[in-house]
This record gives sequence, C-alpha cells and structure tokens, in this order.
Amino acid sequence: MRSGGGAAAARDWRGRNRALRFLLIAFCFAFISVMLVLPLCQVLWKAFEFGVAPFWRSVSDQYAIKALHLSLLTTALAVACNTSFGICAAWALTRFSFRGKGLLITLIDVPFAVSPVIAGLVFIMTFGRLGWAYPFLSEHDIKVVFAVPGLVLATIFVTFPFVAREIIPVLTARGTDEEEAAVLMGAGLLQTFRRVTFPHIRWALLYGVILCTARAMGEFGAVSVVSGHLRGRTNTLPLHIEILFREYHTLESFSCAAILVAAAVLILVARNVVEGVSRKDADYYVR
Amino acid sequence: MCVNFKKGEDGPGAAPAGPRPPEAAPPAPGRPAAAPPAPSRPPAHVRVEGVNKAFGDFQAARDVSFGLPEGTLGALLGPSGSGKTTILRMIAGLETPDSGDILIGGARVNDVHPSRRGIGFVFQNYALFRYMTVFDNIAFGLKTQKTPKARIRERVGELLSLIAMEGLEGRYPGQLSGGQRQRVAFARALAPSPRLLLLDEPFAAIDAKVRKELRSWLREMIIRLRITSIFVTHDQAEAIEVADLVIITNEGRIEQTGTPVELYRDPATPFVARFVGESLILENYGRLIGFEDAPLGAACALRPEFVHICPPGQPVQFGNSAEDGEVESVSFRGASLEVGLRVKGFSLTAFYSLENPPVSPGDRVKLLVYRVYAFEGGKARLVNNSRLASQGNGYNFVI
Repeated sequence: MRSGGGAAAARDWRGRNRALRFLLIAFCFAFISVMLVLPLCQVLWKAFEFGVAPFWRSVSDQYAIKALHLSLLTTALAVACNTSFGICAAWALTRFSFRGKGLLITLIDVPFAVSPVIAGLVFIMTFGRLGWAYPFLSEHDIKVVFAVPGLVLATIFVTFPFVAREIIPVLTARGTDEEEAAVLMGAGLLQTFRRVTFPHIRWALLYGVILCTARAMGEFGAVSVVSGHLRGRTNTLPLHIEILFREYHTLESFSCAAILVAAAVLILVARNVVEGVSRKDADYYVR
Repeated sequence: MCVNFKKGEDGPGAAPAGPRPPEAAPPAPGRPAAAPPAPSRPPAHVRVEGVNKAFGDFQAARDVSFGLPEGTLGALLGPSGSGKTTILRMIAGLETPDSGDILIGGARVNDVHPSRRGIGFVFQNYALFRYMTVFDNIAFGLKTQKTPKARIRERVGELLSLIAMEGLEGRYPGQLSGGQRQRVAFARALAPSPRLLLLDEPFAAIDAKVRKELRSWLREMIIRLRITSIFVTHDQAEAIEVADLVIITNEGRIEQTGTPVELYRDPATPFVARFVGESLILENYGRLIGFEDAPLGAACALRPEFVHICPPGQPVQFGNSAEDGEVESVSFRGASLEVGLRVKGFSLTAFYSLENPPVSPGDRVKLLVYRVYAFEGGKARLVNNSRLASQGNGYNFVI
C-alpha cells in the first residue's frame, strides 16, 4: 500500500506540469487518429458505403478469391520456412560460439534495413532472364520469377528476421543451465530441445509467428517486383487491391482492403492474447 | 524472492507429509532404518592430474592436481574467478581441459561423454526444469536411461521421502521455496545413482537462515549415502564446516589441499592464512613483544583468537610480555565481543568474553599476542611468541 504522503508527493510531482501532460497525451491521440484511425475508418466506410451486398459481390469476385488464396498460401509457406529458420538461427546463435556469429546476427537484420523493392530485384537478378540461375531453371522448366515460387521467396526474404528476433532474447535470458542439466542426464539434442528448451520459447515463438504472419499477409513491395501482375495467377491480395484501385474500381478495391484490415485486427487480438497468456505462464513457472 | 516462500517452507500443513525443516528430514520414521536408497554403484575416487584450462587469455586452471578418496566430501574453496567452478565443470565434462587427465574410479574420463561419467550435478541456481513438475524433474535422468515406468515411480518415491517432500511431486519449481528447490535438485542429481556428486555453489542462492540448516542436512545425506562428492564454494566457513577435504584455489592454482583442521592450523601459504579464518595482515610484525626475531619488514597473518585481552582490574599474567593497547571499537558478536585494538600502530582484532568486566572505546588495556602465521617467501609458518614459550608457561593454544 502506498502511504498517503507518498501519493501526495507523487501527485505534486506530476501535477507540476499539468499542461504539458495534457498536451503530450492529446498529441499522441491526435497523431494516432489522423495517421491511423481515420484512414482505417475511411477504408471500412468506403467498403460498406453502399451496403453489404456490393461489398460481398466485390470480395466474392473470382479474382479476389484467387488473390486471397494466393496470399494465404505464400504467407503459410513463408511463415513455415521462417519459423524453422528462426528456431535454428536462435538456437545456434545463443548456444554455440563460432566464427562469424556477429556477421550472422547482422545479416539476420538485413531485411529490416533493406527496401523491399531491392529484395524483389535481388530475386529478379538471380532467377530472372538476366540471372545466373536462369539457364539451369529454364533447362528444367522451373519458373521462379513471375510465378508463385518467386512470391514465396520474396515474402520469406522480407519476413525472416521476425521469429529469430523474438526467440533470441528469451534464449539468452534463460541461460544454458537447464540444457546442460539435461545433457548431463543423458538427453539427446532433440530430446533436450523438445522437453527443456521448447517450453521456454513457445510463447515467444508464437508471438514471432504472429508478427511474421501479419507482415507476410500485407507484403507489397518485394512481391510487386517479382509478381508480374498476372491476374488470377500471381496477384496476391495487396497487389490485387492496388490494381483495382488503379482501374478506378474504388468500391472493389476498398472491399478487399477491408479484408486485410479485418485480418490485421484478428492478428492484433491474437497478439494481445498471446502476450497475456505468456505473462501468466511466466508468473506461474519462472520465478 | 525466497522470502515469499518462507511460509510454505516452514508452515504447517502445506502438504500431507511435510515439508519439514530440512534437518528433520533424515530420520524419517516410515522408512526401513538400515536401507536408505544407497547408490547401486560403489562410490568412486576422483583424481585430477595436471589439468590446464584457458578461456582466451584467461587462465582458469593451471596445473591443477588433487585426489579425493571414495566416499568423502571435498570442497573446492576459493574467491570468485579462482577457477573452482571451471575445475568442477571439467570433472563433469561440461568443459574440456586443454591438457591433463581426469580420472573417476581409476579410469580416465577425458573423452567420456558427460552423461556416461556416472556423475550427478547440482547447478548453482539448481537449473531445475521449470516447465516440469518435481516428479518429472527427478525422473528425467531415469527416463533418458529408458528405465521401466514402475521402477521410475519407485525410485522417485524413494528420493521424495529422502528429501522429505512427499506429496509435493506435482508442483512446479516456481512454486517451491529456495530450500525445497535445492533438495529437488539434489534428488534429481541422485536419481540415476551416480558414483560421484558434484555441487556448484549449492548454498549460494539460499538466504542465510536456511543455509545453515541445509548445510548440515546435505552433509548428513552425503555421509548416509556414502557417495563421493565435491562442492564448490567461496565461503570458507561453509567449506570448513561441511567438507572432509578442502582444496583451496587461487588464480587457477591449487594453494593447499587438506582437512579443515590442517588448513586452519597449518596454512601453507600467505593466501591460505589470509583466506581461512578471520585473519588480519600485519606488516613488520617484529615490533611486537615476543616476535623480535622476525626478519626486518616481514609480514604475518594474525587471527583474533591469537590475541588475549587482559580484563581490566585483574592481575595481568606474563606482565613482561604484555603489550599496551587502546580499545578502538567494541561490537557485539552474540557469544562474545569483538574488540578493535590499536597497538604500536597496528590495528588488531580480538574476542573478549562477556563474562569479563566491560571495556569501551578509549580504554587502555594490556594484551598478549600468542602466535602469528609468519610469511616467508610465499610460505606461511606458525610462529609462537618467544617470551611466552621461553617462560614455559604451558599455555597451550588449542584450536
């Protein structure tokens, strides 16, 4: 219990700059409203401007559905790939010391620093007509660029730091002693991971997967470069929205955008649930 | 952190069978008296021979050699950074020595996987599996050995009763007190019946009150199980009270190996003389009466129990050997007073019985210095006060 004197002192301390406090909070709300809330409301309002029926017609258009399917497919593949990579990278970086560790840590952050357009161009220059891998690919009749594999690769590139970045701090903080204990008692590497390490990282992992999913669903830049914009074949939902918008199909465009907004809201809710559960979990087990 | 759990530790009825205070654990009545869960493998003697280990530029172990007979309890004692934990981890196989041999039960184990060395290891912070129950923690080593389920249940039950934690097997480590966690860590290490038990700072994470109880509990356990054990500590009182054999490390080297009494009575090096007991260092102690033979400028270590304060108002024994001193400070130490004295420019400490007439700062008193540990070229040697000895007073100082 805080004593009365302490509370009064705290009030004084905060009250001294009452005006500044008000301004700070008001500014934050104003900023978020103008930058985020109003535009998002605008999207929803536009989508439902003429009621539910036109909205439904827009989103059940065959190309919209194909775009949604493609988005879900690339997201699923990219997240699966980045989850395995993230676990491996985090495990290697926190459990072994080796030459080039610093380099690896830096490289993992590259997608955060590099523009997604460049990520797309990298794949064009590798697998496209001018790329060094093109002769091999055309010989075996494998299409990467302007096809689904290219979309997946670009999405992977842009989102691979998320899972690793979430797990590394947890593994660092937990230390290695539980794993050493397990190894001393004869557990193999996989058994140690499954029974000792994984319970520690499961929430961080899920959190990383959620962030990764959110980013993969909405990825535009890199995907736009490698897509080729073949409607119904290589258009993900964000690309589809852009094309509709460019063709002045405002209602259809905003209707599809509303789907992405809904997905984002779902992901945010999931994130908050995971955060809450993991905190409770930590209170229960880790003291 | 531990404070939160103190209630659970001592509180009545926290569980059907306990938890009782640790020292009450050993004579559990329900168990057949003569058959504690003894290790099925005989205890092994341990030898470390000429072991070196460096981490980059830091030399953690330099030519470390010692031996520990089977069934004894050894302590690796030294200040932090002295290499004691590294030595323990090398015995366990968690670190690989750069050179030298490690022998357990007579066989060289340098190339043997940690899990096949037949050791149990208690980590400094216990390293209990936080996402497993007490039962699963203790059972872990048995499960990896593919022990049959029924046998696992039986063995875990034995160990739970050994650590007096029956009924708590469903709890998670986060729900236990510090002392209970330590006992679970102990049981987990013992479950696969190791030949050798290694404990890294086993009492460091426990508050002072419970620490003393656990110390004697652990010692009784280890003696009862007759398992060779080595524990690491930086607390000399802990090592001296608990261990049969103490190995003192400093800067990666072994300073001295011996029984606690040997180390206390016969410190081989200035470091040991300083580190064991509550020693003060005196420079140029030849100024003290009775130590005039000391080489010029020689230093020594002096323990409080080597200094006797003559109670004021009582006849002074050996008056011609007594120094004049001034009381600088008096602090209450429970059974006695600790008195800080100023003598010929030295600051000394002595114990003073509460039975005697009180002294207070500023008082002038007579005092006798019986003996010191003189430092001579990296060695320490016991030197008696020559005047007291020559008087043949028979005043024999016994530790």
